[in-house]
Amino acid sequence: MALLQLSEPGMSAEPHQHRLAVGIDLGTTNSLVATVRNGISVCLNDADGRAMLPSVVRYLADGGVVVGREAMQAQSIDPRNTITSVKRFMGRGLKDVTHIESTPYDFVDAPGMVRLRTVQGPKSPVEVSAEILKNLRQRAEASLGGELTGAVITVPAYFDDAQRQATKDAAGLAGLNVLRLLNEPTAAAIAYGLDNAAEGVYAVYDLGGGTFDISILRLTRGVFEVLATNGDAALGGDDFDHRLFCWSLDQARIQPPSAQDLRRLLARSREAKELLSHASEAPIVCKLGSGEEVNLTVGRDEFASITDNLVRKTLAPVRKALRDAGLRAEDIKGVVMVGGATRMPHVQKAVADFFGQEPLTNLDPDKVVALGAAKQANALAGNRSADEDWLLLDVIPLSLGLETMGGLAEKVIPRNSTIPVARAQEFTTYKDGQTAMAFHVVQGERELVSDCRSLARFELRGIPPMVAGAARIRVTFQVDADGLLSVAAREMSSGVEASVTVKPSYGLTDDEIAEMLKSGFDHAGDDMGARALREQQVDGERLAEATRHALAADGELLEPAAREKIEGLLGELDAAVAGSDVGKIKQALTALNRGTEDFAAARMDKSIRSALAGQKIDQLEV
Amino acid sequence: MSIDLHKDYFALFELPRSYRIDREALERRYLQLQQQVHPDRHAHLPDAERRRALQWATRVNEGFQTLRRSLARARYLLDLAGVDAALETNTAMSPEFLMEQMEWREAVSEAHQAGDVDELEHLHRRLRSAALTVEDELAVLFDDRPDLDAAAETVRRLMFLEKLDQEIDEALAALES
Ligand SMILES: Nc1ncnc2c1ncn2[C@@H]1O[C@H](COP(=O)(O)OP(=O)(O)OP(=O)(O)O)[C@@H](O)[C@H]1O
Ligand SMILES: [Mg+2]
Repeated sequence: MALLQLSEPGMSAEPHQHRLAVGIDLGTTNSLVATVRNGISVCLNDADGRAMLPSVVRYLADGGVVVGREAMQAQSIDPRNTITSVKRFMGRGLKDVTHIESTPYDFVDAPGMVRLRTVQGPKSPVEVSAEILKNLRQRAEASLGGELTGAVITVPAYFDDAQRQATKDAAGLAGLNVLRLLNEPTAAAIAYGLDNAAEGVYAVYDLGGGTFDISILRLTRGVFEVLATNGDAALGGDDFDHRLFCWSLDQARIQPPSAQDLRRLLARSREAKELLSHASEAPIVCKLGSGEEVNLTVGRDEFASITDNLVRKTLAPVRKALRDAGLRAEDIKGVVMVGGATRMPHVQKAVADFFGQEPLTNLDPDKVVALGAAKQANALAGNRSADEDWLLLDVIPLSLGLETMGGLAEKVIPRNSTIPVARAQEFTTYKDGQTAMAFHVVQGERELVSDCRSLARFELRGIPPMVAGAARIRVTFQVDADGLLSVAAREMSSGVEASVTVKPSYGLTDDEIAEMLKSGFDHAGDDMGARALREQQVDGERLAEATRHALAADGELLEPAAREKIEGLLGELDAAVAGSDVGKIKQALTALNRGTEDFAAARMDKSIRSALAGQKIDQLEV
Repeated sequence: MSIDLHKDYFALFELPRSYRIDREALERRYLQLQQQVHPDRHAHLPDAERRRALQWATRVNEGFQTLRRSLARARYLLDLAGVDAALETNTAMSPEFLMEQMEWREAVSEAHQAGDVDELEHLHRRLRSAALTVEDELAVLFDDRPDLDAAAETVRRLMFLEKLDQEIDEALAALES
């Protein structure tokens, strides 16, 4: 299998073997799932024919969980157990949550990420998001008639490492194999660019329910190159609702209401906001628990003026992104508008004024992200056909660094670096005989560590005692294609190593995930156990098949002894797959994966060499 | 037997080892290599191959960024030639140059304090053209009349200018938010 892909990487060796893959837009307000069918990207609808699933989860006292429209309808009768806009809490501590006073939730400040107290006990935002993803997975599997090979999940481009990791954890918890985390504006650009054969430099302005992103991309002959991205991970349509809600309280001269009233009035504010995109005025009428009644009318101009600062708040990131890309507003060929909140006329006007051109609104701002994600999922799963030979080069949104003396942040990888990217930096000991060194990994643009986001802390121990300044400690940052960071430290003279995948301070630990998965299994019973077995078997079969193809194709790269060893491991995997012990299959999988590492490296090098057309091989063999 | 991941970007990008560079060829080659090695191309393959793709794509990105920017490319050429430019420590620059730097710095900080965006952008443009002159010198010192010690000194000057450039950017960003 893999050798054929050496000449045409990414393409399926056996085209008839279509793998089921989906793109999921996990939104603050609405979530969608899409797939590629007969070469065309389509959203998958629910039983009622609706593509959008409201991102609302309700926990019932009897242990049941309701997701979507039905849950949304319960938000004012059961506000505490009905979680909306949970994306705002992903990877966030209590102190990071904005407008906490106007959320009806009972927060628990757990280490790393907040928890929400519900009738079913404290729930982490990761668990809540997993319920939404599970719902979409079931929808997709029912509609496609089989198990999914994998999914591309979209995240706001401006999400930091903690928020990305939390999203990936949620997908894992929902039983999804994550093919890639994809930035939302990039997904939109793929959908727009491929459908319109666009060429040139485009801006994607994405104002959703809870997040704002701006990305500048260059589209050339099938390459989507993100030049710069910026945004605000806590700015969206929700904030416009909140402004209108505060205005209503003020106008009606009422006290801060109860949790139920709060939900009701917020919902009325949102309806009025949406209505104002089509009408010149809108009513806000709401009966409160106290018997008081709010009865107001808001005009379009009034609404525009009380939310003007929010609109302006989106333009600062736009300027920064342009500057980072080394471009001016007039260099932009088209502005793609994404997200429901871009339907507001005063948002469209502000964008048009800024860029000196009408933004492109000839696409569905609700669906375009999911449709783009589906195209990427299809390609990553290996279903790419020859005319889908595009390449995506994305960036990290925020600089990554380390804390140095005096609480200052030293940047190791600057924002807008194309991923994957790695950077190493050397440090030394400052005391004689020092045997340990502590590292604090941070993300953000500010100079002071206290103004950046803390991602992880770790220690390198066992440094051999030397005089101060003699040890050479090399710290390596690696950001993968999902935009996720891992950090390793190594003392160069002794080879002592320590490494972390940045997870501990904001994501879930592997143990926590195992525990949640287990409790999930307990609920669902044997059904899930059988599924887990089947999944392992499929993975096992796939790896065995890939390895056999590789051996057949490139076996000559191996010494006889090495080949024999791989064949032995292959036999063990076959035997494990034929049995029904999940643990055994996993073990055999890992063993074969490890055992073929050198072989894979040799094959990859061979493919690079064949790519170096006209390049003499010995020139490279330094 | 394997290609050394850590050697010579010029060879990887099929370009002659020189300061002057064919940008178009560099970009073309970059995309060609990424088409081969990018993790997206290997996402459906086993772990080991995915890890290798990650390493390669990382390397190709690093090489591209190094060759694309004048300063990075110049430093890399010095590095390849085994010239220790002692870039971080050796700051023995000519008094005239240092004087000029002071003036620049003052101008930037005054404009920042006055909130004068236009002036900052003007300084930005002036700085860009000063940098271009230095870059022309580098082309001569690397390619026409090779003199690596002089090149190292010129690289140090360019570093000062780049630092200033960053400061202007930061001032502009600060005024915007
Ligand atoms: N006609 C309209 N006028 C104004 N706002 C609207 C309109 N329709 C939808 N919205 C707003 O758009 C927002 C939801 O947009 P969208 O579904 O794109 O967000 P999301 O993808 O869930 O969020 P995010 O991308 O931030 O995670 C809500 O705030 C909603 O009120
Ligand atoms: Mg969205």
